[in-house]
Amino acid sequence: MKILVCISKTPDTTAKIAFTEGNTKFDENGVQWIINPFDEWYALVKAIELKEKDPSAIIHLVTVGTADAEPIIRKALALGGDEAIRINSNSNDSFYVAKQIATIAKEGSYDIIFTGKETIDYNSASIGSMLSAILDLPLVSLANQLDLNGNTATVRREIEGGEETCEVNLPVVISCQKGMAEQRIPNMRGIMAARSKPLKVLEPIEASATTSIKKFDIPVAKSGVKLVDPANMDELVRLLKEEAKVI
Amino acid sequence: MVLVYIDQADQQIKKSSLEAMSYGAALAKQLGCDVAALVLGTVQDNLAELGKSGAQKVYHLKNETLNSLDVKLHSTLIANAAKNVNATVVVFANNINGKAIAPAVSVKLEAGLVTGASSLPNTENGFVVTKTVFSGKAFASIQIETPIKVIAINQNSFGVVAYDTSATVEELNIPIPTASIKITKLEKVEGEIPLTEASLVVSGGRGLKGPENWGILLDLAKSLGAATACSRPVSDTDWRPHHEHVGQTGIQIAPNLYIAIGISGAIQHLAGVNRSKTIVVINKDPEAPFFKAADYGVVGDAFEVVPALTSAILKMKSTA
Ligand SMILES: Cc1cc2nc3c(=O)[nH]c(=O)nc-3n(C[C@H](O)[C@H](O)[C@H](O)COP(=O)(O)OP(=O)(O)OC[C@H]3O[C@@H](n4cnc5c(N)ncnc54)[C@H](O)[C@@H]3O)c2cc1C
Repeated sequence: MKILVCISKTPDTTAKIAFTEGNTKFDENGVQWIINPFDEWYALVKAIELKEKDPSAIIHLVTVGTADAEPIIRKALALGGDEAIRINSNSNDSFYVAKQIATIAKEGSYDIIFTGKETIDYNSASIGSMLSAILDLPLVSLANQLDLNGNTATVRREIEGGEETCEVNLPVVISCQKGMAEQRIPNMRGIMAARSKPLKVLEPIEASATTSIKKFDIPVAKSGVKLVDPANMDELVRLLKEEAKVI
Repeated sequence: MVLVYIDQADQQIKKSSLEAMSYGAALAKQLGCDVAALVLGTVQDNLAELGKSGAQKVYHLKNETLNSLDVKLHSTLIANAAKNVNATVVVFANNINGKAIAPAVSVKLEAGLVTGASSLPNTENGFVVTKTVFSGKAFASIQIETPIKVIAINQNSFGVVAYDTSATVEELNIPIPTASIKITKLEKVEGEIPLTEASLVVSGGRGLKGPENWGILLDLAKSLGAATACSRPVSDTDWRPHHEHVGQTGIQIAPNLYIAIGISGAIQHLAGVNRSKTIVVINKDPEAPFFKAADYGVVGDAFEVVPALTSAILKMKSTA
């Protein structure tokens, strides 16, 4: 079995969100980069769990990013995975990124392609779905549990208004969320091993971006909190009804 | 033509789809073109009523196999329908199903995609859509460069606009490809208001001390008709189910009212809720960072404040 895990680099969750160059560029100054939590905690760890059950499984990691993505790819390799592929390009447009990953996916004929449910920076939640369309594969989105039985995956997923369990034949694209696996911390052995794992760098294929970012804005801050006396909840109810008009 | 995909859950059209419909209608007006809805599967609603949310026409592909989400199947049918009616924009609700289908449709239509859109596009000079990024900490204005566009509009950001019309319904008769997945078990969240659809949300954090204390929060939610949410440590320790976890690594919501009880207001939590229109914070620590993001604050013990608030709401409702 071959598994491909899509890994994205995102700013740390506590990073200051600011913009430069006339609000057209994310200000990377002083930003710590992490593996997108959904990719790391759920997609990657689930792949590792599958390999623990079936040691013959091969896990490849793929990221579309410039050289500064290498530390997070090494960290991902320290958690697990056999080799990594970095497609040497910026990743500004989801379609462009999906096209790059699809090329790798096609060549590697993977049985399962895992993504996180979304990235915590652009929150587009699109790569998995786009990959499924480009590769003409089924997609199970927002998966929170997965069991393999031969060529069939039994997956639990979130849908509007509930959850359901479905069966799908491999190959398949699966986007992962909470419940799928538990976050792990890389151990010393993993970190040492990661140093010698192959990290291939490939040049991107020709693909055109379908969107471009024109500018960023920061939402206007709240004007300040109005404190209400804890002994006077009638007043809070009045404010919510008459001033905020929300109840 | 603007084509709006109307999603269903359990054979019922959801509010988020009606919002998408109204968004599509406003966009069609802006572009000076027609607007139609596309419904897949068997729904119990009267489809002509979609006119009340802005549809002029409804295309309906009535087939039971389409009632459950199969992205491969749905995206193929939606993309084909969009081609048949020469849609220039396809609109989705940015809900669980819409988010899953829209990117696949965009690939099939070679269309640029914006998910999480927060307002109508600016079409004065190109086609620029604003979306939330960094889990709600910022907005990005995105130019779509392709002739066809796909937009998924955030829930609770545009609202449902009431129209005084009835739509004409056209039943489509097209063959349906075989399903790519097989549903074996369905677990509906019975009787609860889905968090992402809710306009009122009551949320609890570690300050409530343990799952046995959730009664006061549930009573408050019930008095308001609100959905319930929680902070990450609360769901991590299984005090509450995972689907209630809001924040940067949970779900992002934007209700009209978010009441946070015993939640400190960590940056990762705020990221998931800071688009709420009104935020009320109940916390015994006046220094809790959440107060900075709040509209109304109550500094006090949740175990006293919350039941008092519930009583005040019930009193207001009984006299209203
Ligand atoms: C990568 C990463 C991602 C994360 N993602 C998320 C996320 O998506 N969502 C999320 O919520 N968190 C997330 N977190 C965790 C976040 O940093 C906080 O730890 C978490 O939100 C704190 O939860 P809390 O407010 O419930 O608990 P605490 O921080 O422990 O706060 C409890 C609050 O309750 C108050 N309190 C105590 N007793 C009472 C009382 N009797 N009455 C009233 N108030 C009382 C206290 O004053 C305190 O402010 C993430 C963290 C990391 C590192």
